[in-house]
Amino acid sequence: MSASRTSRRPPPLLALVHGCALLLALGALGCVLWTGLEERGTALAFGVLITVGELNRRSGPHVREAAPLGAAGALSYALLGENAGAPTHHGAAQVVTVVLAASLVGSVPHVGRGQGPTADQLARRVLTVGFAAVCFQPLYNQGTFTRWDGPAYALLLLALLSLTALCDAVLAAALAHSRTRWPFGPLLRDELRALLGIGSAVVATGAVMALAVAVAGLWALPVFSVPLLLTQLSVRRYAAVRSTYRQTIASLARATEIAGYTPAGHARRVAALSREVGRELGMSRPELTVLEYAALMHDIGQLSLVDPVPAGATAVLPLAEQRRIALLGGAVVRQTGVDAAVAVVVERQADPCREQPPAARIVRAVNAYEEKARDAGPGGPLTALEELRLGTAGDYAPEVVEALARVLSRDCLTSPVTG
Amino acid sequence: MEAVPARARAYVACVAVAALLCLLPLPSVRTSWWELALLAALSAGCERAAARWRFAGTFHPVLLAGVFLLPPPAAALVALPGALLSPVERRPRGLRRLWRAAQLAVSVWAAARVHWAMGGRDAVVASDFPYALAPAGVAVLVLCLVLSMLDGGILVLAERMPARRAWHGLFLRSLGPVAVHGLAGLMMAVLWRSPYGPVAALLVLLPMYVSWWVFAQYHRERAAHQATIRALVQAVDIKDEYTRGHSERVGQASMMIARELGMDDDRTEVLRFAGILHDVGKLGVPTRLLRKDGPLTPEERRVIELHPEYGHEMVRGISFLGEARAAVLHHHERLDGSGYPYGLMGGQIPESARVVAVADAFDAMTSTRSYRRARPVGAALEELEKCAGSQFDPRMVTALARALARHGWHPAVTADETDGTGVPHPRPTVAGRHGVRR
Repeated sequence: MSASRTSRRPPPLLALVHGCALLLALGALGCVLWTGLEERGTALAFGVLITVGELNRRSGPHVREAAPLGAAGALSYALLGENAGAPTHHGAAQVVTVVLAASLVGSVPHVGRGQGPTADQLARRVLTVGFAAVCFQPLYNQGTFTRWDGPAYALLLLALLSLTALCDAVLAAALAHSRTRWPFGPLLRDELRALLGIGSAVVATGAVMALAVAVAGLWALPVFSVPLLLTQLSVRRYAAVRSTYRQTIASLARATEIAGYTPAGHARRVAALSREVGRELGMSRPELTVLEYAALMHDIGQLSLVDPVPAGATAVLPLAEQRRIALLGGAVVRQTGVDAAVAVVVERQADPCREQPPAARIVRAVNAYEEKARDAGPGGPLTALEELRLGTAGDYAPEVVEALARVLSRDCLTSPVTG
Repeated sequence: MEAVPARARAYVACVAVAALLCLLPLPSVRTSWWELALLAALSAGCERAAARWRFAGTFHPVLLAGVFLLPPPAAALVALPGALLSPVERRPRGLRRLWRAAQLAVSVWAAARVHWAMGGRDAVVASDFPYALAPAGVAVLVLCLVLSMLDGGILVLAERMPARRAWHGLFLRSLGPVAVHGLAGLMMAVLWRSPYGPVAALLVLLPMYVSWWVFAQYHRERAAHQATIRALVQAVDIKDEYTRGHSERVGQASMMIARELGMDDDRTEVLRFAGILHDVGKLGVPTRLLRKDGPLTPEERRVIELHPEYGHEMVRGISFLGEARAAVLHHHERLDGSGYPYGLMGGQIPESARVVAVADAFDAMTSTRSYRRARPVGAALEELEKCAGSQFDPRMVTALARALARHGWHPAVTADETDGTGVPHPRPTVAGRHGVRR
């Protein structure tokens, strides 16, 4: 994988992927214009299926597979060898053309609302479908797979689709890496973990649809897309409740600001910066969520104080008082029903760093940095970092402080996009 | 745990005998035994996974694939191991297991019988679409019908529910999910009989399983979310112990008014949240002021009157609250324009805020505060009616009176008042509550 090389110069990989996808799409289109469409009915049926899937697309920052039905339909068309017992003759070029056309048609209403698929998503769709079709269609049309019959054929399709999904995960991680410059390893790990969830459903549905059309004809498409639409619906509801949950946690975190215990925006800034530092240290997606929630709520224990701490600066309080506030905060967090790990992080944010869980170390260091840097004027960030480095011996974990320094230097060079 | 009535036991025994009768022809049935064993094992495995992840309901695709593939007695047998082996949470465990097994066996048998009679099995073997959809659809209908009839019977006999309420909606509610599972089961059956064999059929289960898992996650996340909303309220309670439980009760009263006005379920839920969160802005008011005994100076009163704006500032980022956010901002407005923060008049005040204003005043009057004792419900209603038109919307007051006449006032004591989390709750919960009830 060319990931390490591309980490220094991000644009070439993006340009390469987009260029490849564009070339493939243009080549396929030219091919189809030259030879004409084979089996128009089948092409139309799959085109409609993919369009319907795209129409049901949902987009958002935390969505894994935006249009699972569209993806499954596209993969099954790429691996379609028979239709109701009769062999099909469409080639890889036709597959790419139909999938691209249907995806574009299905995304028209989304583009109208300004939420269309990004160039990255379209490029991924074209390249993965192209990969599956190029692996399968030429060999199938030459008759290479005639000896693979019965269950072996089903397993062959499954293996091909799994390989395609793996390639897609690597591609997605590489694209995200070159766009954001987050470490490649954790990104790939997150993509692979997602394969086990909705990804496996897409792969299995793609294989089932290809096989079912081979047995029962095109009737199989509507019959089996209903269950997958249901999956899509539950995924969508899950994503919706997750996002409202985030908003509620953020509001709870603002309680201390409105009560006048901490300055406005403090919790949000600590959360955003902690997330960046956690990612820099290679935390996985669930760990990052715990870290983010804990960072948002790290000051909540102050609500139990009758009088506010001056300017909400807990980092300068005596250690015993810091610990007492942390414990009170943990007690409040336990009542919120979030993962118990979040409460543990909040409770232990004031402990010596050797005894802390990694997320608590990050919250502690980032909180101290935020408090020190915020009113110190232009030179504040550097002075604050220097103070953290000097305090490293007992209070702040050195590796966290170094990661924080890397994140900060990066954000000064690029645009300050966080969170 | 109350004892199960004898007639419910007799009912379960009757259904169990019927199930045995369904299974009786098994020895003479010609079927492939390894298929039967595989399906039964699959069904049992899915049941166990479902119980471990606390899913609700039964994993029907495997059962329905059995209905479409096997002769009726064999199909009924597929349901047994899953129902008998799956863990049951509530007592009496043995009886509940027996009931589930017998109920599933009878309904699956009936569905398979109908499917068989309509020639569905040949349609599956020949993968004769679209005809295969017809017997499958009828089988799904029969399964739902028998299941809901048997379920309604046990509700009537064991829980002493009135018959009309027991059967109401039972069938329609189960039809949707079972129909979707039926489509997956049909695809499974067709692939099972195809040259690709059971391997391909098993693939059908994966997307269904993922969908199910996501659904369970959704419920977990939703429960956590509700707990967080409650935590927002508890943050207020930490500062102001006298209002302990007030928020929950205002939520309940707002919900009663909304229901009485005929609002749909979503809006009722939003109004409940509006009631729960209406005082969340008190977080922004200094604790000393909230806990002050005795009269407030005009200056102090002005500070306390900022709380609707603080509250709106807090919740405005929570999009699902919708009109509840307006209720938080405007719940101290009065119809004659003498309220705060903006002095809105009549129809300018959002409907949600008018609901919460009435609910808030009602609960404030019927609970004990530091400066006075609780009033009885009737006196509070009279007071509300006196102020209707000048301070409160008469529609909301009438709706509250009607709802109270119909259901009574039973403020729920929330479980979190007795938590053991170590957050200091120095004062006991509201005393003298018995005076509130009629």
